[in-house]
Amino acid sequence: MADKNFPLLFERSKEGRTSYSLPELEIDAFDLEEELEDVYIRKEPPKLPEVSELDIIRHYTGLASRNYGVDSGFYPLGSCTMKYNPKINEDIARLEGFSHIHPYQDPNTVQGALEMLYDLQESLKEITGMHEVSLQSAAGAQGEWTALMMIRAFHEANGDYNRTKVIVPDSAHGTNPASAAVAGFEAVTVKSNEEGLVDLDDLRRVVGVDTAALMLTNPNTLGLFEKDILEMAEIIHDAGGKLYYDGANLNAIMGYVRPGDMGFDAVHLNLHKTFTGPHGGGGPGSGPVGVSEELAAYLPKPLIMKEKDSFRFDYDRPQSIGRIKPFYGNFGINLRAYTYIRTMGAEGLKKVSEYAVLNANYMMRQLEKVFQLPYPQHCKHEFVLSGSIQKKLGVRTLDMAKRLLDFDIHPPTIYFPLNVEEGMMIEPTETESKETLDSFIDIMTRIAKEAEEDPETVQEAPHHTIVKRMDEATAARKPILRYEES
Amino acid sequence: MEFRYLPMTREDKQEMMETIGIENTEELFADIPGSVRLQKELELKEPKNEYALMKELTAMANRNTSTKDVVSFLGAGVYDHYTPSIVDHVISKSEFYTAYTPYQPEISQGELQAIFEFQTMISELTALPIANSSMYDGGTSLAEAVNLSAAQTKRKKVLVSDAVHPEYQQVIHTYAKGQEVEIIPIPLQNGKTDLVHLEELLNEDIAGVVVQYPNFFGQIEPMEAIQKLLENQKKTMLIVSSNPLALGYLTPPGEFGADIVTGDTQVFGIPAQFGGPHCGYFATSKKLMRKVPGRLVGQTKDENGVRGYVLTLQAREQHIRRDKATSNICSNQALNALASSVAMSSIGKHGIWKMSEMNMQKARYAKKKLKEEGISIVYDGPFFNEFVIQLNQDITKVNAALLEKGILGGFDLGKIDPSYHGQMLVAVTEIRTKQEIDQLAKELRDMHG
Repeated sequence: MADKNFPLLFERSKEGRTSYSLPELEIDAFDLEEELEDVYIRKEPPKLPEVSELDIIRHYTGLASRNYGVDSGFYPLGSCTMKYNPKINEDIARLEGFSHIHPYQDPNTVQGALEMLYDLQESLKEITGMHEVSLQSAAGAQGEWTALMMIRAFHEANGDYNRTKVIVPDSAHGTNPASAAVAGFEAVTVKSNEEGLVDLDDLRRVVGVDTAALMLTNPNTLGLFEKDILEMAEIIHDAGGKLYYDGANLNAIMGYVRPGDMGFDAVHLNLHKTFTGPHGGGGPGSGPVGVSEELAAYLPKPLIMKEKDSFRFDYDRPQSIGRIKPFYGNFGINLRAYTYIRTMGAEGLKKVSEYAVLNANYMMRQLEKVFQLPYPQHCKHEFVLSGSIQKKLGVRTLDMAKRLLDFDIHPPTIYFPLNVEEGMMIEPTETESKETLDSFIDIMTRIAKEAEEDPETVQEAPHHTIVKRMDEATAARKPILRYEES
Repeated sequence: MEFRYLPMTREDKQEMMETIGIENTEELFADIPGSVRLQKELELKEPKNEYALMKELTAMANRNTSTKDVVSFLGAGVYDHYTPSIVDHVISKSEFYTAYTPYQPEISQGELQAIFEFQTMISELTALPIANSSMYDGGTSLAEAVNLSAAQTKRKKVLVSDAVHPEYQQVIHTYAKGQEVEIIPIPLQNGKTDLVHLEELLNEDIAGVVVQYPNFFGQIEPMEAIQKLLENQKKTMLIVSSNPLALGYLTPPGEFGADIVTGDTQVFGIPAQFGGPHCGYFATSKKLMRKVPGRLVGQTKDENGVRGYVLTLQAREQHIRRDKATSNICSNQALNALASSVAMSSIGKHGIWKMSEMNMQKARYAKKKLKEEGISIVYDGPFFNEFVIQLNQDITKVNAALLEKGILGGFDLGKIDPSYHGQMLVAVTEIRTKQEIDQLAKELRDMHG
């Protein structure tokens, strides 16, 4: 293409074109202008594009070719679990009996949907070892906040209004402290020790009568299992706090250990990570919440109940934190996750975790030959390398990430967690073949060599993408957030 | 059992274990304390092959009554509109649906540009300059707007009209509790926000006023009068939840001085799918640009001067100023925003006016027809595509009888408040035919007796 500026749909627009065929009116038109006051009638129609159907298809086909998904290639984006998104899931979600049902239909007319939800609740209870599960939350962050609101309601029901603090490790996902703040808590940080695990002494220092909860992901964001989890649970519980499990990393432990058995009081899961809901370019996700018996009364409304052979909503939950979302959660994503669980079963899910962990360790042992590995023990489903050796050569982790783009690979998560210098967080997932892993190892090794012998090639990367590095500073300083006709 | 999503062969596994220096994969899990290790296999249903599972889940789907098989007059926040075929074709492109959040702009220009276009369309519909890349749904989007108004004005009270969707009101209450915001309801007069009460409730402590336009009962709120009342309270924000399709014909809230407009784009190309995922939108005035929750895409250039797009103003986002966050939203509804963009582009500038108007026309025909059949219409004000009727019997029974005739009746308002017993909220969209409307009128007349 000569003009590298890919046109906006608005720039393809031409007065009078349309791609929509409206139904017939069939009736004598009412005089709306007489009924409505003039002030309520829009003066000018909104400037939506006027394009033909083929224009739209070409436009979005062009945009798709300027995008990259798991189906395009390897996507080892740490903490995001970019595994293959099975196609049967998409087909099931599009069955009309699932896709075209209204949330306010009589429950008797949606028994299949309710059974699926109930069965998914039960499956997730078993997988997490929790007492009760709600499928309401739309995403991981909403799940975190929902659980914290429940923990808050629990403390308040005990007359305990002074538990204002939520402890969060320095390696935690960024949403953890944000969720704590939105739930009305103050987030306090607990440090990691030299092994990359929560420092128990520091935990004892920060815990107290004001502790509402500790938020923990296990394995943590370094991909390391918090082996002192039972001691941590004891420290928090002895102080009267609750233990919260961020399920973003559940892919590492299914069938091996369950949050409920480790002493967690509340968990959220990311069905769009562990359970193959596609990420959709940013969403929609689904973030169910599981809780211990003690917290079950506070779950958001409604839950799905089974009565004899039929299913219904349970709204009779007087201690519930209330409603967190209209209707019943992201049903379509829950359905995809359900299809996946039914495809894999117990044996399959355990193998998922086995291979997710095997793949990560294999890559880690190969890559530690050329990159600094700050925490040398076995990892779980992901690991974090440091680009500190390459930084000394003038090549930043950002540069190496951009260089990966030249090889049609999505870079790892970079500069996270914050406690690793020039971090690269790599999560291969279990759905990748050994050939893919080996190819990535070769490319990373080559880039490390380039950093020594030909640093400019890395520093100036990417070379083969349709656009080069973007001017993000100007984007933030002089924001252009919508198209304006010139 | 072989698992088709697990590609490693026995040889692969063996080689990899040798590289790692382990005898078996159990060694990789040795750091899990033995006392909590799961000693049993998870008790889940046996895995099924693709054919068998497809068959079972298709049967499960068939146990639900799909709106494709009945004539639906059910709305109340989720509507039955026609979705152009191209929508599903576009969102089925796996470069879109299997991608993560566009953190690497060089290989995410497709998604970023699509979101930029979505932001533009929402901005056009609402007549506000800023729109974000999407929220979970209309309800949580509105709840975030309430909390934003409190944070921005440093006030702790928000007035919420009783004609806001009841489930949205419940979500607002839950969200407000986290931020210690007090929600004060504004009562109704003839199905609309009561201006006398609103005026009485307004004072220097009020962060925002929330109305729905058109409101839950389908009525068009007196936005002009509300705007006038708020002129005396400069700091108090006007927050409007709007069905974006209605804004194709009705004056957009931005022109009535709204500071924040939220809603759900389900009406554009997103199937009902039992209530989710849908797609919230969030639009604001320029003043709030740096306070908007969620993600924003901005236009910029690459180092060769080629136009492109990036996620921008991320200092607002949770992953930077984590502990000062006023919103924690991370994942959004990007793929559904894409679906709505395709649908909106398909409908186009003049089409949206016509489609919006057609909803109003057919709803008026239905209202007239029902009235002619002796059914009383509860509110007589101007409305969009929904109106309330009063019957002399239980709506659950009415709807069960209608379903026998292949009609999905309207929402039973008695479910939200006993004083609404016998009232049904009837939704009529552009896809309802004259014959279908006539049949509804006939059936209701026969039952109403």
